[in-house]
Amino acid sequence: MTKRDLRIYFPLFALPTFIAFMIGFVVPFGLGIYLSFCKFTTVNDAIPVGIKNYQDMFKDPEFIHALWYTALFAVVSVITINFFGFAIAMLLTKGIRGTNLFRTVFFMPNLIGGIVLGYIWQLILNGILAHFNLALTFSETYGFWGLIILMNWQQIGYMMIIYIAGIQNVPPDLIEAAKIDGATGRQVLGHVILPMVMPSITICTFLTLTNSFKLFDQNLALTNGLPSNRSELLALNIYNTFYGRVGYEGIGQAKAVVFSLIVGALAIIQLVLTHRKEVQQ
Amino acid sequence: MSYAPETLQKGDLLPSDVQLLVNEKKKKSAYSYNARRSPYSMLWTVILSIISVIYVIPVILVIVNSFKRKAYISRNPFSIPTGKEFVGIENYVNGINKIGFFSAFLNSLIITIGSVIVIILCCSMCGWYITRVKTFFSTCMYYLCVFSMIVPFQMVMYTLSKTADSLHLGNPWGIIVVYLGFGAGLAVFMFCGFAKSIPIEIEEAAMIDGCNPLQTYFQVVMPILKPTCISVSILEAMWIWNDYLLPSLVLDKTKYKTVPIAIQYLKGGYGSVDMGAMMAMLVLAIVPIIIFYAFSQKYIIDGVVAGAVKG
Repeated sequence: MTKRDLRIYFPLFALPTFIAFMIGFVVPFGLGIYLSFCKFTTVNDAIPVGIKNYQDMFKDPEFIHALWYTALFAVVSVITINFFGFAIAMLLTKGIRGTNLFRTVFFMPNLIGGIVLGYIWQLILNGILAHFNLALTFSETYGFWGLIILMNWQQIGYMMIIYIAGIQNVPPDLIEAAKIDGATGRQVLGHVILPMVMPSITICTFLTLTNSFKLFDQNLALTNGLPSNRSELLALNIYNTFYGRVGYEGIGQAKAVVFSLIVGALAIIQLVLTHRKEVQQ
Repeated sequence: MSYAPETLQKGDLLPSDVQLLVNEKKKKSAYSYNARRSPYSMLWTVILSIISVIYVIPVILVIVNSFKRKAYISRNPFSIPTGKEFVGIENYVNGINKIGFFSAFLNSLIITIGSVIVIILCCSMCGWYITRVKTFFSTCMYYLCVFSMIVPFQMVMYTLSKTADSLHLGNPWGIIVVYLGFGAGLAVFMFCGFAKSIPIEIEEAAMIDGCNPLQTYFQVVMPILKPTCISVSILEAMWIWNDYLLPSLVLDKTKYKTVPIAIQYLKGGYGSVDMGAMMAMLVLAIVPIIIFYAFSQKYIIDGVVAGAVKG
């Protein structure tokens, strides 16, 4: 009865979101898949060319380089961000004096946008490297570690907040019971706390993994791919394919499809893997 | 009437919230007990203080450099500006004139606040609707929203900017529609998650008392969803305020700039960058956010936690 009443209210409740969702996601997504099989310079002059774009894409050495560069970047940043985030979260749940202040400070960089962050760190890192007569844009290695430092500075606070919530949900009696049974601090951490905060670990690895794969603003502001596109992450590579060269739009779109598939597949694999390790409370 | 808000808040508590509060109390006692015993507590405070200082240094450095003559900034960013290096507010005046900072700030403000309000209103209604009305269509929409959260923006970047262009959405009001569409995934997903936990009996009672669905929604469901509204608006606001790529592709950049676009515009083109103006604009971009954060940090941090747990 109520359900049928509600159903006629569709135009009021769901239609605005539905239309906007069509404009903002569904239509561009569908069109994007179609265009990845076409050669085009604007949407209206698209000529289907089959899978040629996908073949050409892998002949582009810069794309292959960006792919490995991004993969390496994602691995290093996922490990470092989660390690430091968890370590600080452990410290901040011990009841140390000043916990609230520390939490506030560590979270602060998250509110600053990627472009702004990129320029802040460009100033600092170039200032440090200048003492050795170097600059960020001299080598892809500097750009790589610069991005890692930047991402750590930005994201540790966010992950820390999630880990703190997870650690606080571990029942204290469980830890106490383990201690009475003679477990050392390390055993409590490894066998009680870690399994219990596994849901937080799932979320944090998911967020850091997708964030580092999708990273764009920071990359653009910090190095903009210099030297000669060697420090380019995938997202920036796709952007430059679209807007840097004329006639490569189709290949850019094909790259974007492959990029989405990679991000989607990794996200699902990661969720399944860490989800399996979660224990029932 | 002065105590009315408080009673309202108490009414908002769901059984799960009460449980959380009880847990929190338990935790507090456990941890203070821990702290008294730990001999390293003081040492950790010192170490964390040092890390905090390192955390804040980058922001302070930018503020210091914004008062330095531009030629000295890249040469020696770590010195304190004194004597001829100090230029007062020259960099600020210079930068504001160069990129039209205030109009960019206003645009950012309009876009962020407008989009967040529209997203909260439309997506909470939509989220509640698709949880309550189970049709093939609503299920499809739910899974599409979940799917859209994983898809990277580069996938729809080009086609979205063309679609928005053909619909003439390249102004601060039009881009709100785009943000509603692209931000709907996360918002609808979160609202669905919370709407599921609302006991349907409450809504049925309201209907029996003669509420139509609209009244039920605004007088019964919306107040219960208030905590979710806060966390969704924080997550979306953090994203929209700082977003660079979407507005730079959708907006007509000759007429409208947002703060990130304006800052990137300083860098744009060839030749040397005016580092002085850059530093000053970075400060103007950061300071309002930090002030805002100082006043609402509790909501922001709680919002992030709630978003992560459901997300």
